[in-house]
Amino acid sequence: MIEATASGALLRVLNVGVRFGGIVALDDVSFDVPSGSIVGLIGPNGAGKTTLFNCLSRLYQCGSGDIVFDGSSLLSVPRHRVAVIGIGRTFQNLALFRTMTVLENIMVGRHCRTHSGFFVNALRLPAVAREEHATHDSARALLRLLDLESLAGTRVAELPLGTQKRVELARALASEPKLLLLDEPASGLNHEEVGALGKLICDIRERLALTVLLVEHHMSLVMSISDRVVALNFGRKIAEGTPAEVQQHPELLQAYLGSTG
Amino acid sequence: MSRRSLAGFAILLLLACALPFMVSEYRSFQFTLVLVYAIALLGLNILTGYNGQISLGHGAFYAIGAYCAAILMDKYGVPYWATIPVAGAVCLAAGFLFGLPALRLEGLYLALATFALGVSLPQLLKYHHLEEWTGGVQGITIQKPDAPAFFAEFGLALDQDQWLYLFTLAVAVVMFVLGWNLLRGRIGRAMVAIRDNHVAAEAMGVNNALIKSLAFGVSAMYTGIAGALGAIAVQFVAPDSFNFFLSITLLVGIVIGGLASIPGALYGALFIQFVPNIADEISKAAPWAIFGLFLIGFVYLMPAGVAGAVRMAVARLGRKRQNT
Repeated sequence: MIEATASGALLRVLNVGVRFGGIVALDDVSFDVPSGSIVGLIGPNGAGKTTLFNCLSRLYQCGSGDIVFDGSSLLSVPRHRVAVIGIGRTFQNLALFRTMTVLENIMVGRHCRTHSGFFVNALRLPAVAREEHATHDSARALLRLLDLESLAGTRVAELPLGTQKRVELARALASEPKLLLLDEPASGLNHEEVGALGKLICDIRERLALTVLLVEHHMSLVMSISDRVVALNFGRKIAEGTPAEVQQHPELLQAYLGSTG
Repeated sequence: MSRRSLAGFAILLLLACALPFMVSEYRSFQFTLVLVYAIALLGLNILTGYNGQISLGHGAFYAIGAYCAAILMDKYGVPYWATIPVAGAVCLAAGFLFGLPALRLEGLYLALATFALGVSLPQLLKYHHLEEWTGGVQGITIQKPDAPAFFAEFGLALDQDQWLYLFTLAVAVVMFVLGWNLLRGRIGRAMVAIRDNHVAAEAMGVNNALIKSLAFGVSAMYTGIAGALGAIAVQFVAPDSFNFFLSITLLVGIVIGGLASIPGALYGALFIQFVPNIADEISKAAPWAIFGLFLIGFVYLMPAGVAGAVRMAVARLGRKRQNT
């Protein structure tokens, strides 16, 4: 099934299966995410999209198969090392640090790129002050990139949903990921915001040389920005290809519309 | 930090240094205990306020620190000042080791596990095979240290209470500066991130297990250092001084003072040192009922603790000044 192609694949999902008790959440799913591309992952509720994302973040253990990131298996990487090797993510229902300010949230995003420990922090050695300064500067740069500068000192809990989503994106970018996982970034946004989000994703992909894997229900967004689309239903891959190809796929039409023709 | 707040701290520190020369010996002793509690509360606040791990057993670490100091001084003739780092190191190790299995527990379950520690330790201290060191139920009496001779040579004759206050103040200042540094940087942010959302924290590369168990260790270290200083100040340790009530008192202190607040540790310490005395003066028959009223009053009027109320008052003052 899997061609030995894709020398340029940053992420390879290989025959991944996940079961929860008797329920098959993912069944033998395989696809590649080529380096530098935007891949959309679609499917009805319960299709297994978020399960797959959680496997990529190591929140769930794969029952079978393998996930290869940047040439080596992800399955032996502990959870807190996933960001270090270059996978950043946002969450479906927002997972910000609610008591912190916008700036502090983004600074936590730099955690995996900084190293100072308990002892040197307590003593505030010059190296710590330097590192802290650099963290501050790069967080500020991301605030500018995502148009959040005026909100740096605001607590995230006080912000509207759309803005919180931008903060979460900035926090994910702070870890300098190679692969960015976006879990339903458009949910809860209005029509205009969705349009702006599409542009933003394309823009940061260009600027930061990112590869993006996107789970999204919003079809027009997925179809307009994705280079490739993978469709899941009941834990199985039912279609894969360019947006135009996938849109015509009979099984996908059936999954979404329930039509038999 | 701004120049103005730095100047504010300098003035506050000068006042704190001058305090024992303005009040009675007994008051000096009481303020020494305030500083001791402040260190302990900062320790508990690192764990519970900043990292979100509830402890109902920090009295145990206070006791370990106190016994470290007492045993070292009484049995081995170690000078009082040298017992402080030892007590800190022992409690750091004890806290870290207790924090490892505690990683599997959250919220109320962790509270129960720490409760178990808090209630069992006083009885373990009475264990008769340990009596040789701990003195059993009798406890250990220790000598109050004199001020170093060179103060007298400079014409500054300090009595024991004044000296002990200043010594404790020096330790407290060091511990507060270290704590402030720790909490305002990368590690402090990681601790708060775990409290706010542990899944997201780990996705940002925070090693939750390591940070949580080290937070436990550091927290216990602070409380243990406070215990050692407290033992030296009180000149006596016995198992029943460190009962479960002490653990609850510490928890009361951080909540009243202000969770996740560094100055809150000092406010909380003032509360747990002086409010029971005030309650006792108001009613000899039912001081704890009066204490309870104080507690409810504080929680009702200052839901974010004294530190939260102070923050709000300062912000309101700043706004008024801008308007005029």
